[in-house]
Amino acid sequence: MSDSVEESIDLKKVYKGSRPIIATFILMGGTIGLLFSIGLSVSFGAADIDFATVWSAVFQFNPNLTTHQIIQDIRLPRVLGAGLVGVCFAVAGSIMQGMTRNPLADSGLLGLNAGAAFMLAICFAFFPGLPYMYIILFSFLGAALSAGIVYGVGSLAKGGLTPMRLVLAGAAVSALLGALSEGIAIYYHIGQDLAFWYAGGVSGTKWEHLKVMSPWIIAAIIGAIMLSKSITLLSLGDEVAIGLGQRTGKIKFFGSVVVLVLAGAAVSVVGAVGFVGLIVPHLTRFLVGNDYRWIIPCSAILGSLLVILADFAARMINPPYETPIGALIALIGVPFFLYLARKGGKEL
Amino acid sequence: MSVLTVDHIAVGYSNTVIIEELSAAIPEKKITTIIGPNGCGKSTLLKAVARILKTQKGAIFLDGRAIQQVSTKEIAKKLAILPQSAEAPPGLTIFELVSYGRFPHQRGFGTLKKEDLKHIHWAIEVTGLGELRDRPVEALSGGQRQRVWIAMALAQDTEILILDEPTTYLDLAHQLDILLLLKKLNEEEGKTIVMVLHDLNHASRFSHYMIAMKDGEIITEGEPKKVMKSENLKAVFDINAILMTCPFSQNPICLSYQLNKETECLLQTVE
Ligand SMILES: Nc1ncnc2c1ncn2[C@@H]1O[C@H](COP(=O)(O)OP(=O)(O)O)[C@@H](O)[C@H]1O
Ligand SMILES: [Mg+2]
Repeated sequence: MSDSVEESIDLKKVYKGSRPIIATFILMGGTIGLLFSIGLSVSFGAADIDFATVWSAVFQFNPNLTTHQIIQDIRLPRVLGAGLVGVCFAVAGSIMQGMTRNPLADSGLLGLNAGAAFMLAICFAFFPGLPYMYIILFSFLGAALSAGIVYGVGSLAKGGLTPMRLVLAGAAVSALLGALSEGIAIYYHIGQDLAFWYAGGVSGTKWEHLKVMSPWIIAAIIGAIMLSKSITLLSLGDEVAIGLGQRTGKIKFFGSVVVLVLAGAAVSVVGAVGFVGLIVPHLTRFLVGNDYRWIIPCSAILGSLLVILADFAARMINPPYETPIGALIALIGVPFFLYLARKGGKEL
Repeated sequence: MSVLTVDHIAVGYSNTVIIEELSAAIPEKKITTIIGPNGCGKSTLLKAVARILKTQKGAIFLDGRAIQQVSTKEIAKKLAILPQSAEAPPGLTIFELVSYGRFPHQRGFGTLKKEDLKHIHWAIEVTGLGELRDRPVEALSGGQRQRVWIAMALAQDTEILILDEPTTYLDLAHQLDILLLLKKLNEEEGKTIVMVLHDLNHASRFSHYMIAMKDGEIITEGEPKKVMKSENLKAVFDINAILMTCPFSQNPICLSYQLNKETECLLQTVE
C-alpha cells in the first residue's frame, strides 16, 4: 500500500459494517422473548397456573404444593428440554449449511436424525434399562453412522455431491433406518417405549436427561462459537478458504463432530424431528447476514424459541391431547423446503 | 530472480493425473500470463501453486521453501489466489467480503484492528468500489463482482497475486479496466501477478512473461515477443494466426485466425 494512500485514510471515517447492531438486537430481544415464552409455556397446560405461582415454584419451591410439583417435575424440564433441542438442531443446521455451502443441509434431511433414532431403537431392544448417559452416546454414534452412509451413497453418484443428491440420499437412508427401527420395535415389543420418540415430543424430558445432555451441548456450543469465524470462511468455498490460509480439513472435522453431538443429543430427547435446522439458519442469515460469529448464537436463540413455541402449540391445539411436535414443525418446514428446492438449491 | 518456482511437479485429481511433469519459474515483480486451450490444466497448475491441490510429485518453492513445509497461514500472507469459480454466499456485502482478506493476519476471533481496516479501506478504494461498500455482492454487475474478489485478494496484502481468468465474462471495456488495475498494482505496488487469460492480445499487451500450455505441458514460455509466434499458436491452439504489432504495447497481437483444419481445406481446394 503506497504511503500517499495510507495517509489519506481517515480511520474515524472508515466504515466498519452495520450488522452487529441487528445481531445484538436479536440476541437481546430473543433472550427476552425466550424468557417470556418459557414463562408462558410453564403456566399454561392441563391446569393453568398463574405467573406468580410459577415464579415462586422456581425460586421458593415448596414440595407440598401440587402446582409447584407439576412445575418442577413436569413442565420446567419439558420447556428447558424443548429449548435445548431447538438450540441443538438450529446450530447443527447452521454449521452444516455453512461448511458445505448446501442450503438444504439439515440434520433431519440429511438422515442424521434417523440414524440417531435407529440407535435408540437398538438400545431399547438390546439393552433395556440402559441409563440415559449411555443412551446419548449411542445416539451420537447413530448420527455419525447415518452421516457416513448418506455421504457415501451421495458420493457414489456420478457428478459429485450436489445439495439435492445429498438430500435424496438422506431421504433414502432415513426411510431405510426408520423402517428398521420400526421392525425392531415390533419384533422386540418396545413400541411403547419408542412411541414418544416417534411422535417427537419433549413431554418425557426429565431432569436426569437435562443433567446428562447439558454438558455435551454446552461443550458443543462453545466449540461451534470457536469455529464460527472459520465456518464463515468455509462458506466462501473451499478454494477461497484455503487461499486465505485456512486448514479446511481440520475445521470440517471438528465442525462435523460438533454437528453429530448436537443432533445426537437433540434426537435422544425429542426423536427425529426435522426442519428446525433448515428453517432457523435461513431466517437467521436473512436477519444478520453471513457472519457465522453472529449466525451461530442468534440461531441458537431463535431455534430454542421456535421449538418452545411449537411445543406450547402442540399442547394447546387440542387439549388434553398432544399434537406431535414434529408434525407441527413440518407444517412450516415442508413448504419452506419446497421453496428452497425450487430455487434450485443454489442459494448458498 | 524469482520467488516462486515450480519444480518437476505432477498434479491431478483423485484418480486422474492432469499434469505429469512441469517446471516453471515465475519472475518476481512481473506480470506472468498462462495461455492455453480449455481443459489443458491452467487452473490445475494455479491451484497447485496456491496449495489448493496437493502435488503428487515434485515441489513448489516460495521464497526458497517448499510450500508443503510452510504453514498454510504463512503462505496466505505472501500469496493470494482468486479461483476461477469463486462465488460469494448471498447477503454478503462488499465490505464484509473484502474484510475476509484479512484472515491470515488475524488471531483468535478475528475482530478487525486498525491495521486491518486500513488495508480493507485501501483495497476497496483502489478497486473503485468505495461507493458500493454496503451493497450485497450478488447485486453487482459481473465486472464489479470481479473487482470485489480482487479487492479481497488485495486486502490480504501479499506480494504475489494469482488470478484465474479475471476477465472472463466481462465486456471489452471492463476487461481493460481489470487489466489496467492489475498493471497499476504491478507498477506501483510491485506485486508479482500470475494469471490465466483467454484473450491472447490482452495477454501479449499486459504481460512481461507468458507461458503457453497444452495437455498439461508447457509448450513454450518467455516474453510475449517470443511466445506470440504463429508456429507456437499453431502448436498450442491448432490455429493459423496472422500476427502484427500492437500499436499500444509494441508486442505481437493476433489480427485474425483460422482453425488449422480450415486452412488445410482451403489449401486443398486451391490445389
Ligand atoms: N475437480 C476436478 N476433478 C476431476 N477432474 C477435474 C477437476 N477439475 C478439472 N478437472 C479436469 O482437469 C483437466 C484440466 O482442467 P483445468 O485445469 O480446469 O483446465 P483449464 O486449463 O481450462 O483451466 C480437465 O480435463 C478437467 O476435466
Ligand atoms: Mg480454468
